[in-house]
Amino acid sequence: MSHVIEMLNIRKEFPGIVANDDITLQVEQGEIHAILGENGAGKSTLMSILFGLYRADRGTIKVRGKEVHIANPNNASALGIGMVHQHFQLVQNFTVTENIILGREGGFILDRRTAAKRIKALSEQYGLSIDPYSIISDITVGMQQRVEILKMLYRDAEILIFDEPTAVLTPQEIDELMQIMRNLVKEGKSIILITHKLDEIKAVADRCTIIRRGKFVDLVDVATTSQAKMAAMMVGRQVNFKVKKKPAEPKEPVLFIKDLNVLNNKKVLGVKDFSLEVRSGEIVGIAGVDGNGQTELVEAITGLRSIASGSVQINGTDITEKDIKERNEIGLGHIPEDRQKRGLVMQFPIRDNMVIKEYYRKPFSKNGLLKEEVIRKHAQDICDAFDVRSGEGIESAAGKLSGGNQQKAIVGREMMLEPNLLIAVQPTRGLDVGAIEYIHKRLVEHRDKGHAVLLVSFELDEIFNLSDRIAVMNSGRLIDTVFTNETNEQDVGLMMTGVKVRGADHESTI
Amino acid sequence: MKVRFKSNSFVIALSAVVLGLIAGGIFMAMIGSDPFEGFLYLFKGGLMNIERIGNTIATATTLILVGLSVSFAFKTGLFNIGASGQMLIGGLCATLVAHFVNIPRPLYLVVLIAAALVGGAIWGIIPGLLKAKFNVHEVVATIMMNWIAYWSIFYFVPAFLKGPFLETESKSILLEKSLRAAWLNKLFGGSQYINLGIFVAIVAIILIKFILDKTTLGFELKAVGSNRYCAEYAGIRVNRNVIISMMIAGGLAGLAGMVFYTGYASNMQIGVMPSMGFDGIAVALLGASNPIGVFFSGFFFGLLQSGKGFMNAMTDVPPEIADTIIATIIYFTATSVLFKRFWDWVARLLSVKFDKKGGN
Ligand SMILES: Nc1ncnc2c1ncn2[C@@H]1O[C@H](COP(=O)(O)OP(=O)(O)O)[C@@H](O)[C@H]1O
Ligand SMILES: [Mg+2]
Repeated sequence: MSHVIEMLNIRKEFPGIVANDDITLQVEQGEIHAILGENGAGKSTLMSILFGLYRADRGTIKVRGKEVHIANPNNASALGIGMVHQHFQLVQNFTVTENIILGREGGFILDRRTAAKRIKALSEQYGLSIDPYSIISDITVGMQQRVEILKMLYRDAEILIFDEPTAVLTPQEIDELMQIMRNLVKEGKSIILITHKLDEIKAVADRCTIIRRGKFVDLVDVATTSQAKMAAMMVGRQVNFKVKKKPAEPKEPVLFIKDLNVLNNKKVLGVKDFSLEVRSGEIVGIAGVDGNGQTELVEAITGLRSIASGSVQINGTDITEKDIKERNEIGLGHIPEDRQKRGLVMQFPIRDNMVIKEYYRKPFSKNGLLKEEVIRKHAQDICDAFDVRSGEGIESAAGKLSGGNQQKAIVGREMMLEPNLLIAVQPTRGLDVGAIEYIHKRLVEHRDKGHAVLLVSFELDEIFNLSDRIAVMNSGRLIDTVFTNETNEQDVGLMMTGVKVRGADHESTI
Repeated sequence: MKVRFKSNSFVIALSAVVLGLIAGGIFMAMIGSDPFEGFLYLFKGGLMNIERIGNTIATATTLILVGLSVSFAFKTGLFNIGASGQMLIGGLCATLVAHFVNIPRPLYLVVLIAAALVGGAIWGIIPGLLKAKFNVHEVVATIMMNWIAYWSIFYFVPAFLKGPFLETESKSILLEKSLRAAWLNKLFGGSQYINLGIFVAIVAIILIKFILDKTTLGFELKAVGSNRYCAEYAGIRVNRNVIISMMIAGGLAGLAGMVFYTGYASNMQIGVMPSMGFDGIAVALLGASNPIGVFFSGFFFGLLQSGKGFMNAMTDVPPEIADTIIATIIYFTATSVLFKRFWDWVARLLSVKFDKKGGN
C-alpha cells in the first residue's frame, strides 16, 4: 500500500503543554482516515502542522513517499493538501465563484465565467449541488461548507483535511456530507477526517488513528473495531453511552411559563402562545429543529430578550420584570447556546471567568474588594471536577482553551452555582464521548438533588438520553409534551415537523 | 505568567519607541541636520539639569492624567476623545475655586481637587448617559462635549474671571492658591512649573490600578470592555458600567485640567482647546492602557515635549521633528502586532538554538 501522507514522530509544544508527543500518522491513497481524540487531544494541532500553519518541533513529514518541509499553507496547497477549517473563511457578500477564485493567481475579473463553469462541473462531479453564482450570505452553513470543499477541489487538492466538519451541521446535512466524502474517495481523493464522533467514523472511515493527550494510542481498522472499543481507547477507560438514572420524582413547579410570546430578531413572533412547566426533580427536554424558537424562548426566560406578552415564573416569583442579575439570584443557571459570544470573556483568565456571576458575592469579595485566594480555589475546584485542561491552568486566558475545554468550564461554572433552575442549551456541543458521559451524569445528579433542568438540544439522542419529559417545538409553538418512556424517536421526529402525533388523552401537560 | 505578558507589552512599547527615534533620526538627517546632535539637545532640553527635569515632570503630569483617563475608558471598551473638554471644565472648576474659596491650605487643596474631579466627571458622565440610554456613540458625544466646553469658556471666563488687561485669558490665580509649592520649586532647582500635581497623578495611578485589579468594580468594567455580551449574560449591568467608566475617565481628565491650569499655568486662555487631551490617546496607546505603562509613556512624551524647544534653540532642527517622532511611535504602537510576531519569531529562533545545544 502506498502512503500519500506520512507524519512521523511529530512533536509540538505550546507553553506549558505538549500538544503532540511523538505522533505518527500514515494515510493511504484513496482512504478516509479518521483521527479520533478527545477535545484537546492535539488533533487540530497535528493538522495545522500538516497544513503549514504551525511548524513541528520535531518529526518528519512525507508526501507520496518524499520528505517535505511545509512552511506555510501555500506550500501545502502546492503539494495537493487542502483543509476545511472549523471556521469558514468566506467573504459573506461575494458569490461562490468569487470566493473560490479569491487569492488565486490568474486574475480576478479575467476568467470569472470560465471559473464558474469549472466550479459547476466540479460541483456536479462530486454531487455538491452548488450554484456558482449564489451569494454566500444567502446559503446555509452546510452549503458554505461545500463551498470550502469546492475551494479545495478547485485548487486541485488530492488530500483533503476536514477538521470537525459536522460540528456546525444539522443531522440531514451530516448525512449529505458523508455521501460527499464517499464520492470524493471514489474519485481518487484521500481524506483525513478529524472528529470525536464515533458514529461518523463508523459511517464513512476506513481506518482510524486514535490519539489521547497528545500521544498516539492505536491505528485501527474501523470495520472490525467496535464503537465501545474505540471510545475506550480515546478516553482511556470504559465509557457508558447511556446515562444511568432513576425514574424522576417531580415535585413543585420551578419554572412556569404561561402564554408566552416573544419577538425574534426579524420582529415577528418567534415564540407563540407557549406554556410549559418544569418541576423540581425532572429534566424536560426541548426537541426541535434549530431555529424553531428555542433561542428566543431561552433568551426570554434568562432575560436576554424582552417578551411581547405572557408570563414566566421561577419558584413562584414572576420574573418578567426582573433583570438578569435578579434572575440569577433567584436561582437561574444558564449554559448558553453561543459559548464564544456569551459564555466567556476570552481575554480573562479562566480564574475570573469562573466567578463571572458571583464575583460580587461572599465569599468571593468583601466590601467591593475581590478575594483572589478564594476565587482561585473556586476556579481550581471547577477545573478539577470538570477536567478543564489548559496550558497554564486557571491562569490561561479563556480564549486559549480548545472549544471543548471552554464548554466544560462553562458547564462547570453553571453547575457549581447549584441553580434551582438550570437551562442547558446544547450542553455537550463539541464534546467527546468521555466528557459527554460526565456532563450527562452531572445533569442527572443535579436533577436528583431536587433541581429543575430545562434541556435544549438539537440532538435527539441527547434529548432521549436525559429527559424525563420531552416538549416538542415547531415554528415557535409547543406541539406537544410527552413522557420520554411513552414515546420514540420516530414520533418525536414527526412532531418536530409540526404534526401532533397522539390524542389529547395522552398528554402529559399538567 | 502575568510577568510574561507585561514584559511582552513592555518590549513592544520599547520597540515602538526605538523605531520612532530611529525614524526621527532619519528625518533629521534628511533635512541635513546631525541626528546625534539633535537627539543630544532634545534629551538635554528635558534632562540637562534638575530644573529642566522639574519642567519635564510638570509637562508629564498632565499627560499622565489624561493618558490615565483615556486608558481607563478604554478598559471598558470606550474611546474617550473628550479629554480636552473634560480638562477645560475641570480646569474651570478648579480656577473658580482658586479665585473664590478662601480656606486653610490643606482643606483648600481638597476642595480644589474635588471641584476638578466633579467638573470633569460631569463632562464625562453626559456622553456615558447618552451611550447607555440612547446608544449615541461616545466618540461623537465626547467630541460634541469638547466643543460645548470650548465655547462655555468663552462665556465663563469673561463673566466671572475677567482679567484686568486681556480679553483673551482669565485673571491669574494667586501663587498661594496654585498647586505650586515653594519647597518643590526649590528641590527642583527653581523650576517654575513643577507642582503638587505630580503627587495627584501618582496617587491617581495607584488608585486606578487598585480599582482595576482588586475591586469588583474593576472586574465589572473590564468584563464589559472585553465582552459586553458575556457581561450582560452574567448579569453585570452594562449600561451602569458604561456610565461609571465615563464618569471616572472624565474625573481623571478633570484633574489633568486642574494640574494644567492651576499648577503648570496660572490662568485659562479663551479659545484654546488643550492639545494634551488628544496627546493622552497616544500616551494610553504606548502605555498599553496599563496604569504603570501610562506613567512611563506619559513621562516619555513629556520629555519629548519639553526638550523640543531646546533642541530647536540649539540646532537647526525644527521642533516639529519631536512631533514627528511622537506620531511615528504611535504608528508603530498601533501596528504592534507586527512587533509581537517579530519578537515571537526571535524567541523561537533562540529556543531552537538552545534546544540544539541542550541536545548535544
Ligand atoms: N496556539 C496555541 N497556544 C497554546 N496552546 C495551544 C494552542 N493551540 C492548541 N493549544 C493547546 O494544545 C492542546 C491541543 O489542542 P488541539 O490540537 O486544538 O486539540 P483538538 O483539536 O484535539 O481538540 C490543547 O490543550 C490546547 O489548549
Ligand atoms: Mg480541534
